[in-house]
Amino acid sequence: MKKFLGIMTAVCFILTMAPISALGEPVTIDWWFAHGGRLGEKVQSIVADFNASQSDYKVVATYKGNYHDTMTAGIAAFRSKNPPHILQVFEVGTASMMAARGAIKPVHEVMGGSGMPWSPDVYLPTVTGYYTTPDGKMLSLPFNSSTPVLYYNVEAFQKAGLDPDKPPKTWEEVAAYGRKLVAAGYPGGFSTAWISWIHLENFSAWHNVPFGTQANGFGGMNTEFVFNKGPQVKHVQHLADWQKEKIFVYGGRRNKGNAKFASGEVAMYTESSAGYAGFKKTCKFPFRTAMLPYWSGAKGAPQNTIIGGASLWVMQGHSDAEYKGVAAFFNYLSKAEVQADWHQFTGYLPITTAAYDYTKKQGFYDQNPDMETALKQMTLNKPTANSRGLRFGNFVQMRAIMYDTLEAIFAGEKTAQAGLDDAAAKGNRLLRKFEKANK
Amino acid sequence: MQKRVVFNNKVLPYILVAPQIVVTLVFFIWPASQALYQSVLQEDAFGLSTVFVGLENFAYIFTDPIYLNSIRVTLVFSFSVAAIAMTTALLLAVMANRAIRGAIVHKTLIIWPYAVAPVAAAVVWYFLFNPTVGMISFFLKAMGIDWDFTLNGGQAMLLVIIAAAWRQISYNFLFFLAGLQAIPKSFIEAAAIDGASPAKRFWTITFPLLSPTAFFLVVMNIVYAFFDTFGVIHAITEGGPSEATNIMVFKIYHDSFESLDLGGSAAQSVILMAVVIALTIIQFRYIERRVHY
Repeated sequence: MKKFLGIMTAVCFILTMAPISALGEPVTIDWWFAHGGRLGEKVQSIVADFNASQSDYKVVATYKGNYHDTMTAGIAAFRSKNPPHILQVFEVGTASMMAARGAIKPVHEVMGGSGMPWSPDVYLPTVTGYYTTPDGKMLSLPFNSSTPVLYYNVEAFQKAGLDPDKPPKTWEEVAAYGRKLVAAGYPGGFSTAWISWIHLENFSAWHNVPFGTQANGFGGMNTEFVFNKGPQVKHVQHLADWQKEKIFVYGGRRNKGNAKFASGEVAMYTESSAGYAGFKKTCKFPFRTAMLPYWSGAKGAPQNTIIGGASLWVMQGHSDAEYKGVAAFFNYLSKAEVQADWHQFTGYLPITTAAYDYTKKQGFYDQNPDMETALKQMTLNKPTANSRGLRFGNFVQMRAIMYDTLEAIFAGEKTAQAGLDDAAAKGNRLLRKFEKANK
Repeated sequence: MQKRVVFNNKVLPYILVAPQIVVTLVFFIWPASQALYQSVLQEDAFGLSTVFVGLENFAYIFTDPIYLNSIRVTLVFSFSVAAIAMTTALLLAVMANRAIRGAIVHKTLIIWPYAVAPVAAAVVWYFLFNPTVGMISFFLKAMGIDWDFTLNGGQAMLLVIIAAAWRQISYNFLFFLAGLQAIPKSFIEAAAIDGASPAKRFWTITFPLLSPTAFFLVVMNIVYAFFDTFGVIHAITEGGPSEATNIMVFKIYHDSFESLDLGGSAAQSVILMAVVIALTIIQFRYIERRVHY
């Protein structure tokens, strides 16, 4: 028995020593991510550069399918006690991840425990705010973040007698421009992708009005939706009314409406800043971007917009040596050059002020002014409780309810007020359910 | 005369059925019991906090307007798919059963769609009817029809019914054709000699003799429409617009795999399981007995 214990001790000793053994085997860090295609290749090249830059750690990035697949895979792995070190989770999953205190290790703890110099102040507050507690503790590291902007078709503007250097600033102007475009023979004025994210969630932040109580859920799980009590109702009603004159055309769920802009059916389109590269490829006409419109009479507008995209969560259940590796990798990801390269390649926002300045200094925006719109919009004002972000449980289901509600409103089955009241009631039930399941 | 195989070995029969039992246990009994267990719990996605809530999940879904709507949608969808797929298939089978030139080509072409993966087929339907770039929607618009299934619930429902039925026609066609060929020619010839018209012959001889096949297909089609049409809904409408095509199986997928609401979706799965069990009992208990073979 004694001999057995001795062997076990030796084995344990060797196992704990293994990561920093003299053999020089690097510590492996698993990262599950959700980017396919060209973005996926870019992720792999960033990882390869990191691995080549040092020899202590080796990051292994694995593509796990879309956002849903990746999150589900990460959760299943946690439940079977074999989670990756780093899991990429989209922004609507934030509340679920936050609530899972036993499953995640907050980024500020990982960085603080690593002994490496790290300051949360280098990050763009509007980007990291979404993933930070109200008292400033960063929970996950933003990786790919974007914000909605207005895209417009320069050719169509010229044909309709509109000045492409003067894109619409307010929704009143959008309506006027839309009318002119329709009069000039275009089938529609404007359309949108991600309608809930852009026309309700971002609309609320941009107009500095709450989407839900408790600082949009940042203050606690006992939050309730209030988007049916503010200017959001008027906005949605306008969208519905504008359909009659074809000023607004509904394009379908998620970004299925992108074809409407790319085919020239509508000349104005609100979509994520990360859609830039896609439009560059599919549009056969010159287009530009402008800040999201706002209602001219609104008091708080324009405030700042909020982000979408995904962040990197660190999972529980790994050794300190491995967390050190995660910290080293996160430090690498936060480097200005790495961030600037990612931003310029993908259209996603840089996460640090240094990366933004670096890109400016390179003269990148002089050549690509349309890629700076999102950043200007994000950094327009210091974020308020209404514009820091959203943190609601069961938010994936809520987005589906939003699509259903808006579709009913646009089909004329309900008024904006009745529809949004209904959606808020349904959503509040989901919030109570989440609160109960995460006590 | 009855053929009977007698096993002398007492163990062999058990060994022979063992694989089937194992498969049933692993792929049906175990997951089904997990669903039952999960349906009385309220749990966060990570399994960190689990609360026993009794039948609360069921109470929640049956007071949830979204779920009640999804039951209604599922019924409309399933019966429409079954009706369209069966009547079309029967018509095609009756026509293909007559000696026509190139019958083999006809049969092959009609059976073909069954080989196409449901999602691939659904994507083709999606593009054909896409309000912006679709070829068929272009013609519909030219005819003055305001085609936009992203907003019009009725149109969306029609589209997914057609897309789902299209594939099932092949399956039904095969069974109807086999059923028709099993009917002795002498019956029909005798009726013809007695002066019965083709329509009369069909309704009084062919149709009753086909009824076992037809009843079998009713159950199979409803089961198909309940469960196997997920790909069609997922690729074309995602349950929209405004829940118009949100069938139960799609809602379960959405609530569990996308929203990670395990208790709620497990409760919905249990309901669906009850529906299938009921359908199976109906098939064995009533239909198999009453149908005239």
